Amino acid sequence: MLIGPSGCGKSTLLRLIIGLIEPDSGSIEFDGRAVTPDNINALRRRIGYVIQEGGLFPHLTARTNVLLMARHIGKPEQEMHDRLVELSDLTRLSENLLPRYPLELSGGQRQRVSLMRALMLSPELLLLDEPLGALDPLVRASLQRDLKDIFMRLGQTVVFVTHDLAEAIYFADEIVLMNEGRIVQKGTITELRERPADPFVSEFINAQRGIASL
Amino acid sequence: MNRIRKAGRQGSFERGNREFTKSKRFHHFLVSRVRDFLLIFSCVPAFLINSSSASDVVIGSKKFTESYVLGEIAKRTLIDAGIPAEHRQGMGGTIILWEALKGGQIDAYPEYTGTIAAEILKTNSRPSLDQIRDQLEKLGVGMTAPLGFNNTYALVMRRSEAQRLGIHTISDLRRHRELKIGLTHEFLEREDGWRPLRQRYELPQQNVAGIDHALGYSALANGSIGVKDAYSTDAKIEENDLVVLEDDLQFFPKYEAVFLFRSSTRTDAIAALRRLEGTLDEARMVRLNAEADRTKNYARAADLYFKVGAASAPRFSGHSGPSDFGDSFPRKLARWSLRHLELAGFSLLLSIIVGIPFGIVASRGGMLGHVILGLAGVVQTIPSLALLALLVPLPFFGISVRTAIAALFLYGLLPIVRSTATGLQDIPRSLRESAVALGLSPIARLVKIYLPIASRSILSGIKTSAVINIGTATLAALIGAGGLGEPIISGLDLNDHVTILEGAIPAAVLALLVQWCFDLLDRVLIPKGLRV
Repeated sequence: MLIGPSGCGKSTLLRLIIGLIEPDSGSIEFDGRAVTPDNINALRRRIGYVIQEGGLFPHLTARTNVLLMARHIGKPEQEMHDRLVELSDLTRLSENLLPRYPLELSGGQRQRVSLMRALMLSPELLLLDEPLGALDPLVRASLQRDLKDIFMRLGQTVVFVTHDLAEAIYFADEIVLMNEGRIVQKGTITELRERPADPFVSEFINAQRGIASL
Repeated sequence: MNRIRKAGRQGSFERGNREFTKSKRFHHFLVSRVRDFLLIFSCVPAFLINSSSASDVVIGSKKFTESYVLGEIAKRTLIDAGIPAEHRQGMGGTIILWEALKGGQIDAYPEYTGTIAAEILKTNSRPSLDQIRDQLEKLGVGMTAPLGFNNTYALVMRRSEAQRLGIHTISDLRRHRELKIGLTHEFLEREDGWRPLRQRYELPQQNVAGIDHALGYSALANGSIGVKDAYSTDAKIEENDLVVLEDDLQFFPKYEAVFLFRSSTRTDAIAALRRLEGTLDEARMVRLNAEADRTKNYARAADLYFKVGAASAPRFSGHSGPSDFGDSFPRKLARWSLRHLELAGFSLLLSIIVGIPFGIVASRGGMLGHVILGLAGVVQTIPSLALLALLVPLPFFGISVRTAIAALFLYGLLPIVRSTATGLQDIPRSLRESAVALGLSPIARLVKIYLPIASRSILSGIKTSAVINIGTATLAALIGAGGLGEPIISGLDLNDHVTILEGAIPAAVLALLVQWCFDLLDRVLIPKGLRV
């Protein structure tokens, strides 16, 4: 769980991992191997990526959005179909909605489709960049429950970016707090609260606790 | 209602060897480059097929009545001699006809000895007929003996005005510096035209304007100009009650009408043209011109020549091909419109094929992108007429359909390049990154994601390009490529509004129809998800 104020570099870190931007210095390793322009596309297929606005392609139906990559690499029809059914069950998105275009879906439905697309090729790593950021509180709450359930069932590595401390606590045991491009502290919420690494940690936690305790 | 008609592709399915190879080469060029795309668009332009079935001996003519009539007489003479012939009417001025003759687009055309000396051989002396013939021969061009009349330049005035001011000769003009003079653009620029004439006569007039020949007669009639240039056999002189001012210093050289022909033209065709020598005196030519001007029917005016029948002229046998001057208006309209659509459609196709890839490159920005958008923009700023004029002297082009298509293609490029580039640039970053993050290859991203999302913008560019092309294609008639510009330009030339509208209205309607078709096409081609 990556958390931090806006502009602290959380999204940048995710974009570095998936190779949308290249590091100015240092290197990224995935599964023990350095990420290079040659292997990046193969690696991307082992990583699922969901962004705040969903990033669904407006000219494709929900179904084709989800199947896009699987078709591109030539997966068998039956296998794709089975996976689609599995995923719509997992993400609790009615199969009736799959023939719709993104603009015909609600924000919450779009994020479920986006998640299906990210999970389609059974990635080893799931990157979620404020996936619930653009949703209204009620939809957000129900998706949070579903997402937590999904993460439990998948049992795999998920990097989840948020600026909402309550959301971070809800999802994860370990929280990584970032500020100004650097990781400030890593640990449980109790550790962060009781043994802050620097004044910023306390400041960040206190700022959000005010709202939580209302 | 027979109006002007310029010979397009009609009738004859035979063709000389030279023409055949030429068209084959053109065929090959186009076909090899665009075959795949033609399959996709499945609209092989009809003229590509027809271009090899055009006529054999091609007679050209300049853009004025007498040249039309002479061209028509030559055509009929050849046909009566059993030689398939085609007449391409009103192709342009001296240089265009001369280049077309040398380039092999035409085989013969009527010309005047004075023009040959000054404009073609570019000599200031006044060479004899034999000297002219010798020099032309070196250029691969033959010349008949004079047809019998001298159509020299002349300055004309309204008879009443000339009498009131007491003007009889060009020298008399010196006493009337206030007179406005309206001259054709060609006469203004000619080596034997206005500048040396003014020098020779020391004319004081400052108010000299260039004006279209046919419009000049209207200007003369309503008094907005006092003097204009004319041809001495011009039927308008009698019609409008004008007087020819005497060339008292013998400035104007002789302009005896002859036919120029390519030396390689088939000998029986040359022999047939030779039979016209000495058969047309001035009075007769004025009569034919008057008939042509009155009826706008050049074939009928040419009939007069054959009916009166000079002893040496062949008898008129009464037929000259199925789709001749008797064409009904709907048929002419259909032919013009079809050709118009061919010109606009094929050039649009090329613009799309070239424009979209260029747009894709341009969308990436950088130096190359700027250069592409810059160049396409520069082409757009060249006036379409100038663009045509620039292409005509180039080796591959000349007076032909391909020149018109090339010009239209260049014109249609910018809207497509620009709309493709902006359409791609306007795709939100989140969508681009999603496509990248999925692991799609660059080509798949472009084809499956970016281009479909930009399709609305790209199509709007194509639509703009199509409408521009429909409008600009009217200019193609200037270089003999046909289309709805034919009646417009002939009408301008003859100061005949009805003829102009016969082309202008259908062209406007066509543009609207095309716009409408593209609106329909939007619904088919733009992905449904973008239209929700």
